[in-house]
This record gives sequence, C-alpha cells and structure tokens, in this order.
Amino acid sequence: MKKAHVSRILGRTGTYAIAILLVMWVLLPIYLIAVMSFSTKAGVYIFPKPLFPKPVSAETFLFFINSTGVLKSTLNSVIVAVISMILAILVGAPAGYALARFVFRGSDLYRLAVISTRAFPSVILSIPLAVTFIQWGMYDSIFSLALVHTAINLPFTVLITSSVFAGVPKDLEEAAQTLGCNGATAFVRVTLPLALPGLAAATLFNFVGSWNEVFSSVILTVRNRTLPALIIASLNVSPLPYRFAGALFMMLPSLVFMLFIRRYLFNLWGRVLK
Amino acid sequence: MKRVFVKQSTPYLLILPSILFLMIFFAYPTVEAFSLSLRNQAGVWGWETFRTMVTDVAFWPALKTTLILTVIIIPVQFTLAMIMALVIQAKLKGAGFFLYIFSIPLAISELAAGIVWFAIFTNSGFLNTWLMQLGLISKPFIFLSYQYMGWLIFAVLMAEVWRSTAIVMVILVSGLQSIPKDYLEAADVFGASLWQKVSRLIVPLLRPSIQVALILRTIFSLQVFAVAMAIAGRAMSLLASESYRWYIAYRNTNVAAAYGALVLVLSILSSLIYISLLRTKPEQEMAV
Repeated sequence: MKKAHVSRILGRTGTYAIAILLVMWVLLPIYLIAVMSFSTKAGVYIFPKPLFPKPVSAETFLFFINSTGVLKSTLNSVIVAVISMILAILVGAPAGYALARFVFRGSDLYRLAVISTRAFPSVILSIPLAVTFIQWGMYDSIFSLALVHTAINLPFTVLITSSVFAGVPKDLEEAAQTLGCNGATAFVRVTLPLALPGLAAATLFNFVGSWNEVFSSVILTVRNRTLPALIIASLNVSPLPYRFAGALFMMLPSLVFMLFIRRYLFNLWGRVLK
Repeated sequence: MKRVFVKQSTPYLLILPSILFLMIFFAYPTVEAFSLSLRNQAGVWGWETFRTMVTDVAFWPALKTTLILTVIIIPVQFTLAMIMALVIQAKLKGAGFFLYIFSIPLAISELAAGIVWFAIFTNSGFLNTWLMQLGLISKPFIFLSYQYMGWLIFAVLMAEVWRSTAIVMVILVSGLQSIPKDYLEAADVFGASLWQKVSRLIVPLLRPSIQVALILRTIFSLQVFAVAMAIAGRAMSLLASESYRWYIAYRNTNVAAAYGALVLVLSILSSLIYISLLRTKPEQEMAV
C-alpha cells in the first residue's frame, strides 16, 4: 500500500517534470526571439548570444516598425483578415446551420466536399488564381486576396459552425416557435445568442489564419503586400534585426488570441470529432 | 403548398453561397492547374511543361527533401503530441495552464516559426552559443549551409515540429476525452503499465482521430514553404518553394502550376494509403 503511494507520487512528479519540459520547449524559442527583438541593433549581432537583452532596448523593434512598407503591410494584413473573417462567417455559418439542422438530399455529398476541401493543399490554388486575376484586372489587390483567404477558411468555418449549431438543443428553437416565433425570429432570439461564443471563436480563428497565411499572399500581391508576404519576399536582403523583430511582431496577435480561444478549443474540436 | 416548397429549399439556399465560393476558389483553380500543366507557355497542349519540371536540376532534390521531411516529421510529431495529450489527460493541477501553453503554436505563423529557429541555428545563433559554453565546439559550426543538407533538414524539422504539433495534440486530446473512463480504470485494475495502456488501449481506440491527424498533417507537410525559406533560403528545394520560384523568378506559371498539381496528387495518394491502412470511415472524422 505504502509502496503504491510512493510510486504514485513519483509518477506525479515525473509527469510534472515532463509537463514543465514541454512548456519550456514551447516557450523558450519565443523567449529567445523576444530577447533579440528587445536588444539594441548592435546587440542582435553579438556572439556569444546572451540570455537577457543587455541593455534592454526598443531600438530593434522600432527599427522594424519604421522600416519601409511595414505599417502599410500591417494595415493590409488587418484589412484582409477582417474582410475574410467576416465573409467566411457570413457564407460559412448558414451552411453550417443547414448541416446541423436540416435533413436534405445531398447533405452527405456536400459534407464530404467540404471536408475534402478542408484538407486540400492550398498550394495548388494560388498560381491558377493569379493567372485569372491578372486577366480580370483583380491582381495585386488586397480585396481579391481577402476572397482567397475567405475560401481557404471556409471549409473549416462550415464544419465548426455546424458543430456549434448542433450543440444548441433543437428543442429550444422549437419551443420558441410554439411560443409564437417564426423560424427566423426563433433563430435570432434563441439559437444565435447561444451559438455566439462558438461563432466568435471560429471567427477569431479565421482572423489568425488569414493573418498568418503566406503562400497565396506572396503570389497574389506585388505592391500591396500583407505583412508575411512583405517579410518573406525580402528575406534575402533584410538585416537580422528586421527579421527577428518581424517574427515577434507577427506572433503577438496569436499569443493574445490563444488566451481568448482556449476555453472553446475543445468545445469546437471535441464536438466536430464526435 | 408554397410553405412546403420554402421549407425544402431552405437548406439549399443556405449552402448555395458556400458552394459558389468552393466552385470558384477550389474546383476551378484545381482544374486550371492541371490544364496549365498540360500546356506550354505558348498555350500549346502537350507534356512539355511536365518535362521541363522533371528535368530541372532542382526537381528531384525538391521531391526527395519534401518526402524525407514528411516521413520524419510525422512520427516525431505524433509521439510528441501523444506525450502532450497524456500530460493534459493526467489532470495535473494547472492542466488549464499547460493546455494554454501547449496550444500556443497553433496560432503561430509558419514564417515567424521559421525565423525563430533560424535565430537558434544560424552561425551567431543560440545553439552555437550554448555548444561553445558547454565546451563541445571551439568555434561556431555552420549548421545552415547547402553543404550540410542533414542539418538543414534537422533545423526545418525542429521548426515544423515546434509549430505544428499543437494541432495534433488538440485532435488527440479531443479523442482521448471520448474514451470511456471505465476502460482505463479497468486497465489500471489489471495492472497495465503506461506503455500497455497506450499501445493496447489508447492508440487503437484513437484510430479515427489519429487517421484525421495523419491525413491533415501529411498534406500540410507536403506544402512546407515559409519555414524552409526562412531557415534555409535557396539552399533547400521543396515542392512548394519550387512552385514559388518558378512563378516569381522564372515567370513560368505553367511549371509553377505543375508543382501545385504534383502536391495535390501526392496528397490524394497519401490520404488513400492512410484510409486503406487504417480502415475507418474518414468522412465522420475528417471534420477537423
């Protein structure tokens, strides 16, 4: 009995040790790039590398922010991400609702199509779209890019929102209808408020997906770059302080975002998997 | 009568906009990619574009490196993700905190991840600093050079595993939560070791989740691009970076599209292999 107790404590300590090692595995690289980003520009080139910036300085970070094109590209990235997250939820949520609430002919086929586009290699899409956009005078436009990002985010949005709506009991909506609501008002007054947190989480996820997207962004824009497109197109010529601070800058929204979304993470995925 | 019609058409009206989007931005470009690959730059149909792609010096290295990366990333990543999932599942105090930390990389961009690991592996980087402080080397070792493809692959592998293991973990944790507690308790009662529990109980029961994660991660690692660009630049050829190079540097949309088509063919092949090997119904589970 005593032995079992000891081994359980040992097992627990061991699990904690592994957990802490894994925390370090995730956080250390982020910390290291933060050290670089908050050094002086000269500090970025120092070797051997210190574990703390000495002195702590905003020089490198400000150098990046003030570099040509960074502010404009950041603005472009935000515009593209906002448009595509709104469009994706506007187009995706109704489809998700249809999958969750209606039994209709072809729904299995539709679901299968959405699922296969979810895993679709988006690398194949950008080049043909570039050709088409050039023909139609839509090339190098952040709005065209926002449409492409919408499409890339759409399958995920349909599946996630379908699981969100499926999680709202149908009884509630029907009860509202017997109490005098029609289909639309029952949806707006009952289902929508209950689904809202999940929908918001899916939307935030789409924002980050668009903010991070590189390949189609760098193919489909030339002068109107998004931030990742700007940084990747100038990798060969940009100095280390620019790249390091740029990496941290691109990661900042994701760190904040995970704080908001973590409560919904498994609600979203968990339900989808069942 | 009219009301019945409205009711039946409602779901179709709801999915219609998304179908339009998927047709314009998935179906059409996919067909167009194959049609571009089957024409030359002058628009004449034939195998010339494929021949140009296959005979280019970068083609076989790109294909080989992409496949090597994928074959190494997947098992490393699944092992790590399973450890993370088991740690979360152990219900330690602070499990919420661990979960938050482990899932951070889910939202980190490929490009940022590539630059972070470049900072670690570059000549004047952190790895060389630590190796010298430990006295293992006397001067910085040049990890990121085309002369050491092994080290280049290793650096890209670390970055990819660091960045994209979180999604596998999320899928596995969701799957683990659906395993009835009785099963694990029964295994405990019969004195099963952790390894026995994982190999005999957890992995077989998680098969659908594992299949989803395998298909997704394989398809995404066939498209590794920004991570490798940030770490290796031109020293490493991959299928996606060749597509980019043919488009940007050589202005040849046909060959660029052919690389895209090749990635799609490889994706479909790998998915079919997983589906036939693991034999579960993917359509229920792929929804991640």
